[in-house]
Amino acid sequence: MAQLTLPKNSKIDKAAGKTYKAPAGAKNVRAFKIYRYDPDTQANPRVDTYEVDMDACGPMVLDALIKIKNEIDSTLTFRRSCREGICGSCAMNIDGTNTLACLHACGDVKGDVKIYPLPHMPVVKDLVPDLTHFYAQYASIEPWLKTDTPPPTRERLQTEEDRAKLDGLYECILCACCSTSCPSYWWNGDRYLGPAILMAAYRWLVDSRDEATGERLDQLEDPFKLYRCHTILNCSRTCPKGLNPARAIAETKKMLVERKV
Amino acid sequence: MSLRSPLSQARGLGSAKDGVGHWWAQRLTALALVPLSLWFVFSVAHYRVADYGTMLAWLHNPYVAVALVLYFIALFYHSALGVQVVVEDYVANEAAKLTLLVLAKFFHFALAAASVFAVLKIAFGAY
Repeated sequence: MAQLTLPKNSKIDKAAGKTYKAPAGAKNVRAFKIYRYDPDTQANPRVDTYEVDMDACGPMVLDALIKIKNEIDSTLTFRRSCREGICGSCAMNIDGTNTLACLHACGDVKGDVKIYPLPHMPVVKDLVPDLTHFYAQYASIEPWLKTDTPPPTRERLQTEEDRAKLDGLYECILCACCSTSCPSYWWNGDRYLGPAILMAAYRWLVDSRDEATGERLDQLEDPFKLYRCHTILNCSRTCPKGLNPARAIAETKKMLVERKV
Repeated sequence: MSLRSPLSQARGLGSAKDGVGHWWAQRLTALALVPLSLWFVFSVAHYRVADYGTMLAWLHNPYVAVALVLYFIALFYHSALGVQVVVEDYVANEAAKLTLLVLAKFFHFALAAASVFAVLKIAFGAY
């Protein structure tokens, strides 16, 4: 069966969670409940509670995470870089939804702010998932321009209409929020490419300058690589950049029908 | 544990270059099932209180017999495709997956054959 429960050593140990109290005198306190896992100990994961004085903290969840790491617990591990939604490093599950910590305001969360790593991925430490397979899948679709015509001496021209077809596709930052929100990717991620990679593949399918459209479609036409998508639409709902991977997958399926009938 | 490179694992056995036929057939059978199912349900509801003779007469109508054969073929074909997808989605163990896929296919073919035979037996039988 699809793996519906966590293995024994990945189950959260509810008793082990620590609580870090807010400093005395803090008036605007929010509790952050954060998934902790340390591979160097034999211990199961736990959920620690950090009380943060929001009057001395920036508005975004990432601001709170950085504050916690700087001022409360330096062992808390997470990825972050640009802090403005362009690098995709701080993708995590916040308040039950995959999103970027830097784009998600603490004020948009009701009650305690619950933060977990991206779902159904191997955890390296705390909020850092292992995305090796995700990146390898991206490499497998050969995400670069492929041509047989010798390169022109100047730019490869593209009409404005053809360029517009790439809008809504090229903006993807590969944060993996969509793929890790997709049940099909949870159950069959070893073979199913997932929404992020399929949208990247479609970005090259519709690029008017690319000459390998047929080969790309050949590579995608597979019951597992592509057709595990059952239009569940978690991908489009969760995308922190407001993109629509489900539409790109549907368009890819239409292209495959188009060349057959 | 595998020492194969991540790219090699991601590529796996490559593309089956198959799947669009399955997808298209699932949609076509779904389309065919919309009028056929409506007709079947309304017909059965209409003859709900009819006696044996009336039902036999109804099934002897060639239009009814042909529509029923079409309905059963579309229904079991569509069901076979759907069950296949469910098994592929949720059963990770290769041996169990293969067994279930084969059994599901046999089961649907048997049901389709039995249904079509039943309709034809009545349609061509004495009355």
